[in-house]
Amino acid sequence: MKSIRNHLSLVIALVSILFSIQIFIIVDRSIDAYKENLASNYSVVVVSKMILDANATLNSNKIISEISNLTPDSVIERLNTGMSAKNVELLKLTLPKFYKIKLKYYPTPDEINLLTEKLLQNNSIIKVENFSHNHDTTYKLLLLFKNVISVFSISMLVVTVLLILKELKIWQFKHNERMTVMGLFGAPVWMRSAVLFRLAIVDALIASAFAFILFSIISTDAWVLEQFKYIGIEVVAFDPVYDFLTLTLIAIFLSIVLATLIVLGHKEEV
Amino acid sequence: MDKVIMAENLSLAYSSDETIINKVKFSINSGSFVFITGASGSGKSTLLKSLYGGLKPKEGSLIVGGVELRGISSSKLNFLRKHIGIVFQEYKLVKEWTIEKNIRLPLIINGYEKSVTQTQVDSLLKHVRLKHQAGKFPLELSGGEQQRVAMARALAHNPILILADEPTGNLDDYSAELIWNLLVGANEQLKTTVIVVTHHIPEHIKVDYKHYHIEFGRINEVN
Repeated sequence: MKSIRNHLSLVIALVSILFSIQIFIIVDRSIDAYKENLASNYSVVVVSKMILDANATLNSNKIISEISNLTPDSVIERLNTGMSAKNVELLKLTLPKFYKIKLKYYPTPDEINLLTEKLLQNNSIIKVENFSHNHDTTYKLLLLFKNVISVFSISMLVVTVLLILKELKIWQFKHNERMTVMGLFGAPVWMRSAVLFRLAIVDALIASAFAFILFSIISTDAWVLEQFKYIGIEVVAFDPVYDFLTLTLIAIFLSIVLATLIVLGHKEEV
Repeated sequence: MDKVIMAENLSLAYSSDETIINKVKFSINSGSFVFITGASGSGKSTLLKSLYGGLKPKEGSLIVGGVELRGISSSKLNFLRKHIGIVFQEYKLVKEWTIEKNIRLPLIINGYEKSVTQTQVDSLLKHVRLKHQAGKFPLELSGGEQQRVAMARALAHNPILILADEPTGNLDDYSAELIWNLLVGANEQLKTTVIVVTHHIPEHIKVDYKHYHIEFGRINEVN
């Protein structure tokens, strides 16, 4: 019973760490998916005195994915109160050219400013409308959300690491006697610490299995899926292969670090 | 006769300002039975500790089983300890292991095969009269029984040297008698060198022994 309790305390601490890491991963993926969503709806409008060379504009900045013409036809149609076709054509020629620039991803405010500056370097371009106010607000909101989750995950990580350090002291006390006795009979360090590493790896595997079950349930939960749908994004909350492997490796790494610290901190009491 | 232990100008200390054993010279022949006596705090346990490398010499030379202990590397020390059996007054058994596993420990460390270790463990359990307790844990046994387990563990791998620190200090007469018989038996039949640190040499012990007495940091040969 005592042994199960000892196992559980490390397993729970590890599961907490894995939980905070996976939550961070989910939030990161959601933000990326949302950014993609925003990017597909976001565009910059460019007003030019002359027709722009589409290829040159595309090559001028690597975040530009597409450039298209905005025809003034609908505006002219509204203004057209009995103008002759010739005059309409003349008007079209004298009007500046409007272009819509689509971006590969949702840019940061700095990238937007850089893009605007770069476009304005072209003497033909007289105005760039980047809707910076709306863009900045959305971007800052996303950033705030990500930062809040990061702070939450880091605090959770710190608390669980402290818990693990406490656990380390209990383990150190528990395993010290056995390691000392084995040392007295000439057992090499790897043999003395083998049990410890085996226990640590078993605990890591148990914690990973718990995390797998937990996130398999969460990722298929109707409520969670509905929330993503509301925002208009599709996110893989838990990849049973990639994420499980990542979490297992993190758990094994952490427990091996823990066991190594115990072995390094071991003092032979003879 | 081969010397299993040779000390030359040996000083032992736990701190730089207090020397427990001061520049002593002694040697112990292979296959001998040795008692080391002395008052409490005289340094007899410290000396024993230095013999299994638990305390490195502050000064001088200490050679055990042909291995110099001053500045010894951990791999060499492990090698030496594989050939030593140690018995402590407070037993030093692994509490979460059965007594069978405790006795098997030196055999596992020395890389014996399971079939060999089982035969040896069974025989030792019979010798220390604990065959019926094989699956129990140390804390389920009395002090005397625990010391018998520790004794069996010290003998398991047929060491060249047995170091015993007050092995019968807390024991009932029956267990004490059994321990002395095992130590004498190992010495006489297997020619194992036995060094016992004790307050009193048992009067009834039937073995030729050497007696060293420690006083004021010096080792004196009594007989």
